[in-house]
This record gives sequence, structure tokens and C-alpha cells, in this order.
Amino acid sequence: MSAPPQARLRVAGLHSRLAGPFDLAVDAGECIAIAGPSGSGKSLLLRMIADLDPSEGNVWLDGRERHDFPAPVWRHQVLYNAAETGWWSETVADHFLGPALAFARTMVPRLGLPSDLLDGSVLRLSTGERQRLALIRALACAPKVFLADEPTGALDQDATALVETILRERLADGVAIVLVTHSPEQAVRLGHRQFRMQDRHLVAP
Amino acid sequence: MTPILLHPGDIAIAAVLILLDGVLSITLQLGLHRQLAIAATRMVVQLVLVGFILRAVFAIGSPWLTLAVVVTMVAIAGREVAARPEQRLGRFGNYAVGASAVAMATLLTALLALTTAIRPHPWYDPHYAIPLVGIVLGNVLNGASLALDSLLGGVVRERAAVEAQLALGASYMRAMRGLIRTSVRRGLLPTINQMAAAGIITLPGIMTGQILAGMDPLEAAKYQILLMFLLSGGSGLAAVAVVYLAAWRLTDDRQRLRLDRLTAKHRG
Repeated sequence: MSAPPQARLRVAGLHSRLAGPFDLAVDAGECIAIAGPSGSGKSLLLRMIADLDPSEGNVWLDGRERHDFPAPVWRHQVLYNAAETGWWSETVADHFLGPALAFARTMVPRLGLPSDLLDGSVLRLSTGERQRLALIRALACAPKVFLADEPTGALDQDATALVETILRERLADGVAIVLVTHSPEQAVRLGHRQFRMQDRHLVAP
Repeated sequence: MTPILLHPGDIAIAAVLILLDGVLSITLQLGLHRQLAIAATRMVVQLVLVGFILRAVFAIGSPWLTLAVVVTMVAIAGREVAARPEQRLGRFGNYAVGASAVAMATLLTALLALTTAIRPHPWYDPHYAIPLVGIVLGNVLNGASLALDSLLGGVVRERAAVEAQLALGASYMRAMRGLIRTSVRRGLLPTINQMAAAGIITLPGIMTGQILAGMDPLEAAKYQILLMFLLSGGSGLAAVAVVYLAAWRLTDDRQRLRLDRLTAKHRG
């Protein structure tokens, strides 16, 4: 897939009562990292881009405005991975349908997880296991833009490194990543550009 | 056989039991005697009042007056459904959702019974219409309020699970499917239990009443069976309606989960 001439993700005047306005452009294969104190509006920005929270302003995916997409299609391609993971069924495997389950079976060992984890119960998962499984679940959708909200917040150094490797592969495939992270080191390791969220506005660090 | 009519003295003797409860509450320091006295007094006043009103309504027999009584009953039931959940939908949403679900389910089942099974002349005869609406309403109210409480409480508790599905590209109705299912179940369970227990664990109220009023037990059982079907049907309809109406109010044209439209009830 060749990189389109326009930005993969473009955000213009995006705002709600709670945050913004935000302007942003992320190219295919580019990662921008956003740091900032808790409650500064980082998650709000990602949720607005994914159209999970109501907002004014424009967002384009490969030059196409979000309102030209049915909302579920938009969210499938511009995928928000929340810091707090959500589970709606008892067994882990229930959260992966069809090809996603096969994908998950190949990804689980790569993220340092035991391979029988998928057949167990969600209740037995640790926070770190949940976080990695949610990441696999999200990437199984093959999004074009990945909005990662603290994807390694609950992970130790080794697991963090494994996650970062996977994210770099996605970048190489042309995925645009907006990464919210509390770790300045991670922002530098993964981000091609860095931003800070301050009082619900995006500023250069 | 004519019913044995009660005299005020008969009732006064039964009231001694309530007095006994009050004495027990005082001696055991349960602190319930005040509440007990208020509840008992309310019950007597309310029932006597209803007796007088119904006597008047029956005597007049006007369809419009009957309709007015039914509408009042449905409105009060809708308010009850709206008031019970801990969570409130904005812009009087609970009331709108509760009243429309209860009205729809009650009127549908009551009309069905009056025009097919019971068939009084005229079909709106208040002797039949008002008690029928009353008993259907009581059950429908229960089913609808349990279902609504389950959905609104569940959606707050399960927010992360619903939003995770939305974020992965599920449609809103797909993401809510599990919650919708458990909430409808919750609303229907009491009715199912009631049907299963009828006649073995409890002698249902209508049947008891009719037997006391001198009706043949088998005839009374037939009435009770008809009513059980009506009550279950009505509760099911109301639970489904209240859950879907509330679910629709929690989303928008972009299939988001709009929990900003819910507020927790203030508890005094």
C-alpha cells in the first residue's frame, strides 16, 4: 500500500464543551506521542477522534470526512484502545470472533502471554494480561489509525518492550498511531513528534 | 351463594392484630409502631376512598369517566416505574419511558382480554375494565421497573464493556445486546416465578377473592389462569418496551453511548 498524498489522519478545529480546539495531522506510518497530567484531556481527544464522544469540527481519514462513514465503520478504522479495558463475556476467547481468534493465537506468545490464556475466564486475568489482550483484540481489527491510550500503563519493562515492537510493526505497515503515554522515554522511543496536553489544549513540549 | 358481607365490627376485630404488632414493636424496641400505624391508616383511608370512587364510577357507567380513571392509574404507575431506578434519564426520560411502556403493555393486554376472553357488555363496562387494568398494571409496573433499573444500573456499571465493543466497530444495539437481554430477563423473572408457584405455594389473590365471594373453585381457577396469562404477557411486553425505549435514549445518531444523559438520583 503506497502512502496517500494527504495525511492519513487530519483533525481540524475539533472541540467539545470539555476540550479543544485541536488541530493535528498524522501521516501513514507516523506516531505522535501525547503526554500530560491526568485529567488534562488526553483521553478526551482520542475519544473525540474516534467519535465516541460528541464533538464539533472535522476529522478526515485518508481525506474522507468522518461523517461520510457510518459511525461503526469509522470506529473500526480509527480505533480507540481505552486505558481501562472492557470485557463483555465470560471467556477470553469470546472476545475474539472468527479470524480475530486465529490472529490472537499467533499474537499471544509474542506478547509474553501463556498460550492457554485465551481459553480461560476473563475474571482470572491480571490487569497487565487484560491490557495486552485488549491490544491484540484492537489490532485484530487492522485499523488504519490506532488511538492508543496508555497501552503499557500496567506493564513491566519487558512486556512494554514487546508491545512497542508490535506497535513499530504496525507503523511499518502504514498505520498512523496517536499514543497517549505517561512515560517520557516511551514518547521518545515511539513518537516521531511529541506533544503535551495542558488544560485541554495541545502544545509543543 | 352470596358473599358474606363484613360489618365494621368484624374489621375492628382484625385490626386488633395490627395493635398487637404495635405492642410487640414497642416491647421489643423495634421502632416500627409509628410506621405501622401510618401504613395501616393509609391503607384503610385509600381503600375506602377507592371503594367510594369505584361505586360512583360503576353507577355512572360512562366510557369517558372509565377512560379518565384508567388514564390516571396508568400515569401513576408510570411515575412509579420512573421513580424506582437509582439512575435517571435526562429531560424526564424515566417518566416518558416508564409511562409509555406501561401504558402500551397494559392497554394492549386489557383490551385483548375485554374484547376476546371476558367480553362484558358493553366491552368498556367499568366493573370489568377498571379492576382488570388495575391488576395488569400492578404486575406490569413491577416488571417494567425491575427491567428499567437493571438496564440503567447495568449500563453505568458495564460502561467499559459497552464502549470497548463500540470502539471495535460494533453497532450500538450489538454492544448493548447482553445488557438488554439481562434486563428483560430481570423484568420477567418475578412473573415466571409467580406462575410456577401459583396454587402450590400461594393461592393467588384473584382466586382467593373469588372463592371467598362464593365462586366455584374451578371457575375461580379459570379466571386466575386467564389473568396469569394476561399478567405475564403484559409484563413481558412492558419489560421489552421499557428496555428498548431507555436504550434508544442512551444513544444518538452516531451510535455513541451517551451516559451524559443519565444522572444519579439524589437520595435524601
